[in-house]
Amino acid sequence: MSTTVVTTDTPVAPPTKQTAHTLSVFVNNKAGVLMRICQVFARRGFNIDSLVVSQGRDTRYSRMTIGISGSPGGLEQIIKQVHKLIDVIHCFEHTSEESVTRELLLIKIKCSPEERSHALQIAEHFGGKTVDLTPTSMIVTIHGGSRKIDSAIGMFSQFQIIETVRTGKVVMARGEQLT
Amino acid sequence: MSTTSLDGAQALIKTLDDLGIEYIFGYSGGAAIPIFDALETVDTRMKFILVRHEQGAVHMADGYARATGKPAAVLVTSGPGAGNTVTGLMTAQMDSVPMIVLCGQQVTWMLGKDAFQEADIFGITMPVVKHNYLVKETNDLPKIAREAYHIATTGRPGPVLIDIPKDISSAEFHGDMEAEIDLPGYHPEEAFKIDAAAVEEAVEIIAHSRRPVILAGQGAMISRAGKELIELAETLGCPVTTTLLGKGVFPETHELSLGMLGMHGTAYANKAIVEADLILNVGSRFDDRIIGKPHMFGRNAKIIHIDIDPAEMNKMIQPHVQIIGDAKAALNELNVRADRLDTGEWLDKLNGYKKKHPLTFRKQGGLRMQQVIQEFYLQTQGKAIVSTDVGQHQMWAAQFFLNDRPHEWLSSGGAGTMGFGFPAAIGAQFACPDKTVIAFCGDGGFQMTLFELATAAIHKLPIKIVVLNNHYLGMVRQWQELFFENRESGVDLIGNPDFGKLAGAYGIPSVNIKRPADVSRMVAKALDYNDGPILINAECVKTDNVFPMIPAGAALEDMITEPPKHQMAKPTGST
Repeated sequence: MSTTVVTTDTPVAPPTKQTAHTLSVFVNNKAGVLMRICQVFARRGFNIDSLVVSQGRDTRYSRMTIGISGSPGGLEQIIKQVHKLIDVIHCFEHTSEESVTRELLLIKIKCSPEERSHALQIAEHFGGKTVDLTPTSMIVTIHGGSRKIDSAIGMFSQFQIIETVRTGKVVMARGEQLT
Repeated sequence: MSTTSLDGAQALIKTLDDLGIEYIFGYSGGAAIPIFDALETVDTRMKFILVRHEQGAVHMADGYARATGKPAAVLVTSGPGAGNTVTGLMTAQMDSVPMIVLCGQQVTWMLGKDAFQEADIFGITMPVVKHNYLVKETNDLPKIAREAYHIATTGRPGPVLIDIPKDISSAEFHGDMEAEIDLPGYHPEEAFKIDAAAVEEAVEIIAHSRRPVILAGQGAMISRAGKELIELAETLGCPVTTTLLGKGVFPETHELSLGMLGMHGTAYANKAIVEADLILNVGSRFDDRIIGKPHMFGRNAKIIHIDIDPAEMNKMIQPHVQIIGDAKAALNELNVRADRLDTGEWLDKLNGYKKKHPLTFRKQGGLRMQQVIQEFYLQTQGKAIVSTDVGQHQMWAAQFFLNDRPHEWLSSGGAGTMGFGFPAAIGAQFACPDKTVIAFCGDGGFQMTLFELATAAIHKLPIKIVVLNNHYLGMVRQWQELFFENRESGVDLIGNPDFGKLAGAYGIPSVNIKRPADVSRMVAKALDYNDGPILINAECVKTDNVFPMIPAGAALEDMITEPPKHQMAKPTGST
């Protein structure tokens, strides 16, 4: 038999396209659960963009809303691997069509008395509220979808932004479907 | 029910006894003293085996479980004791082997303060176990032990670790010994509900196949689906290949057996996969060692994948039909509907491949590992439990020691853990005292866990410890020869001890095999000695190569069956 010399062609590089996804994970309210879930994402190269964890109405459980980005091909796998964890009750992906997402922004700007009314006008436009006011600064809170939050920050950048804090998004499935 | 006469450790030991655990392999230490004390104060049938290194204890529990399907326990102390279990846990997790590992831990109020022998073993082991616990409440110990047993042994099995701070194990127990397990996110019972529509689809595909192959793996072994597998293969007239871990779940001497497939599998098994029009995967996870290049694998075939773990579906290969569930339950469904297929031509073709590409080795030019392995096979008529380390000898053992029964082939597949073979054989011999147990070890792997010679000697376990000694890390050397212009780097095991003398230091007799002509006599001698372990040091040809071979990441079509005449390109796939 003749010898075959292997001509290995270039290995298929994993797709580099990154897409954003929102997962809702319902878990046992126990120490270490978050670490188990993060390990699944980290091992498969998914970056966590946002993470909200809070106790469920039944305090034996917690709800996590996780915004991640990575290759869409690996997502099905990741969801199944998360679901496989003993402490995970369920894990669903939610698309923007069939769910509502909200996040909360706190934004602190430098703002002189002369600039103040302009700043308040912007806050009002986005349905925001002033929660802290000093002669030189103000904190505004705004809630809404991520795109709205992005554009609010965009508008406020005409002032000097001292800092921003976003909660990260929380998600809920529309209609009677469970999240 | 509440009793004040127990402490946490005693409640734990009572629970493990109640669960039917037979053996605890372990090593003592400060943080685990209360648990060790409970082994003395509680009336238990469990036997404690003191090992010489914690890794050995985990591999013993692993060997015990692979040989029986039942879990054993491991008991170690905190810090380094717990840390030494990590490789063993990973080995068990990769191959879905059940076990319960108990670790002593610093007292709760010292956790996170870098206390003596404190290690965050809960955090360290998370990625290498099926589940783990850090116990915070003494009264939870029986419940957690029951949960651990349940998790380890059901669904896709795996190791479960319980980290137990010393104050928790030594505090008085006032809980419920019969506390119910509480695992709302874990539903292994669903594995026995097989989706009828998927079965229907599978039956339809099978009925149209003329060139089917069954690929059976560890999942078939775990669900004890051997009988159902034979029934399906014989009914359909369908050849069967197994993975490394599936060896024995279908009799390898059966006329429909193609032996093992994959990187060093038989040429006829790999050719069957390439030419098949149907691959029916029963409990294999399509490991990279068997699929080579994923997008080329089985591209002429319809693929049906039976797996208990939904996360294995579409991971490596996109099957046409997914049957998620227990292998035995799924095969039962298929067996009800199976009819004879017209596979005569296909079987003739494969028989032709078997004749053309038999597994063989050169009988001249020094002693070959294959000859030693084959001689043990012939003289035991295959009636033995065989364990291996990892490397060339492992692949030759897989090729030349045929397994006709399940649970008799113990080898670290997924993790590829050197040093596994000997302690795994010890665990298996404890589990099956009346069976012949042979540990095929490389000289490299054996030196990683050989301190368990003491454990084997003390308990007079009649294990045949076969050191297939080529003074090399042979598989890496083979790759360096084939792919790296024969530049040897870090593979020469110069300084190997005289293994016979070493065994002698533990009071273990030994034989040396140097010439092919001596093999038969020496193997007979080793098999005749059953008063305790015996070491067989086989001085083998230094630079032999394992064939057939599919270079990592190459397609099954690119299998080579003999040494190449040219330097080969470096492999591009997995390791």
